[in-house]
Amino acid sequence: MFGQLIIEGLAIGACYGLFGIAVVMIYKTSEVVNFSQGEMAMVSTFIAYHILTYYHCPFWFAFIMTMVFAVLLGIVIEFAFLRPAKNPSTLGLIVITLGAEMLLMGIAGWKWGAEQKEFELPVSYQMTHEPIEGVVISDWAIGIFISAAFIMVVLYFFFKYTKLGVAMRATQQNQNAAKIMGIRVERVFSFAWGFSSLIGAVAAMFFASRATLDPNFMMEPFMRAFAAAVLGGLMSIPGVILGGGLMGLIENFFGYFWPEWKPIVAFVIIILVLCIRPSGLFAKHYLKKV
Amino acid sequence: MKRDYYEDIQLFKSGTILFWSLTFMIFLFTIPLYATDYYIFLLNMIMVHVILAVGLNILVGYTGQISLGHAGFYAIGAYGTALLMMHLQLPFFVALVLSAFIAAAFGFLLGLPALRLEGPYLAIATLGFGLTVMHVIGRWDLFGGRMGIKTPPMDIGLPGANYSYVLSSERGMFYLILMITVFMVIAARNIMNTRVGRSFVAIRDSDIAAEVIGVNLTLFKTLAFSISAFYAGIAGGLFGFVLGFFDPFTFNLILSIIFLVMVVVGGLGSIPGSIAGAVVITYLQYDLLKNVSEMPYIGEFLVNISNRWFTVVGLENFNSIALGLIMIAIIIFEPLGIYGIWIRIKKYWMAWPF
Repeated sequence: MFGQLIIEGLAIGACYGLFGIAVVMIYKTSEVVNFSQGEMAMVSTFIAYHILTYYHCPFWFAFIMTMVFAVLLGIVIEFAFLRPAKNPSTLGLIVITLGAEMLLMGIAGWKWGAEQKEFELPVSYQMTHEPIEGVVISDWAIGIFISAAFIMVVLYFFFKYTKLGVAMRATQQNQNAAKIMGIRVERVFSFAWGFSSLIGAVAAMFFASRATLDPNFMMEPFMRAFAAAVLGGLMSIPGVILGGGLMGLIENFFGYFWPEWKPIVAFVIIILVLCIRPSGLFAKHYLKKV
Repeated sequence: MKRDYYEDIQLFKSGTILFWSLTFMIFLFTIPLYATDYYIFLLNMIMVHVILAVGLNILVGYTGQISLGHAGFYAIGAYGTALLMMHLQLPFFVALVLSAFIAAAFGFLLGLPALRLEGPYLAIATLGFGLTVMHVIGRWDLFGGRMGIKTPPMDIGLPGANYSYVLSSERGMFYLILMITVFMVIAARNIMNTRVGRSFVAIRDSDIAAEVIGVNLTLFKTLAFSISAFYAGIAGGLFGFVLGFFDPFTFNLILSIIFLVMVVVGGLGSIPGSIAGAVVITYLQYDLLKNVSEMPYIGEFLVNISNRWFTVVGLENFNSIALGLIMIAIIIFEPLGIYGIWIRIKKYWMAWPF
């Protein structure tokens, strides 16, 4: 029983972590908390759904088209909404991304309606294996573990060895210094938004195949993923994966014993953790310099 | 040019302002003579949101703390007032003020983590608070569960002492809500002119500098949350009676976002601004964008677009699109909101020929 809960918790935790990476990616480079992340991913998933249902294309084609769309969507939102704002405050940035969230949610509701739809991945939630007695693991869980691990490895090498990855780290540390060194900071931001939108879209497909697809379906997962990212400190990618795993485990165990309070456990944990460690569990707390 | 402290804190800075304020008040008090019931309902809703927006502006605009959880305080006010009246048979005003104080107590509790948090961390903590309140209310049978509750008749007399005076019509409620709104707005205006209000502004501008000059951060940050929650509680209590029926999902995250939009669109750190923001956004939400297909000029055009590329059933989502665009546009083009536009117009005309 416990093994089962752990596997399930880790699988959903990996999903939160994967989506959390998307949040962290943008926050790390541009210090914007992207509240529209969930809705960007939701619209991308709807594109995949649309291609699959109305044009009956094979899944790999729909997947590639969705990824292309997700990248473009991220770049367009950054270019159209965030770049024109002159010296926005933290609140201003939050309001812009919340506005983008409402906008995308409205467009999706207008185009696809509010009713819930089924979205199927090749890795189904129903297909299960039982490697050890009493522990059941679904294809879906295996899929999310592999995807999360793959993206983690790619990101590790990307940030460590590629020119663009180093430029992104430099931008995060000091924007002005990065500009002086010849980095085009705006391009780095565009890239971060595109990449993050792509990762978010992958995670959202997993969420959609586990639940249903409707214009609101990413709101709750986004909160959890954001909470996981805050647990991990909003800055480090290993931190957010750990935070996601922790969040998934706690939620799953709590949901097993007290199912009626499952929806709020994430937020209670978040508030408690933030009271004790204001910068998350795995991040160093920097004091603000005056 | 101010020469004296009392000139700075007086309510009406000049005779002109006094005159126009009085004219405006007379106008407001005579509205029920010529407006239809529907517009009275809309005005009631607007005034409820004015109270809330003014309270939220004290927190967001003046103290500089982000809150995405005000729907939670609003819900506490609404449920508190209705339940205290239904189960304990308290008089309306006692129930309203008591539930606002309950909301303020929750505001104090939420203010405690806020002492150590800022920016995005505070946003997620308050957001979590709002969602937690919504879910707890939805699960608890005392609160009517998911079905929601119907508010009792709005009895402003003393039900225990056999003296009851029920405000049953929109018009009756209008005067009560108007008086509460005017009182709350003037109270907010005066709070901002006291030591407390000035401390809030100091905290917004730089909390470390404020602490250095002797502002007690613990006290004033939690106080800002409490005052703001108190306003939200009063607004929520009135909201329940204006609507007559509500369920837990009325108080969702979108509502918190809409509250924040009111403040941002109106103008951060200005009370006239928050009034303007509440009026504009409530009007858009409850009137103009309610039936998108019947909107003047662009309604038909939107229906055509829907038939061609989108779905007609989903057209109501245009509401959300419009709100999103307003939010983005206001930050990009006019970060000070409606109040900023007003200031610019005023400056232009004051120096007109030049």
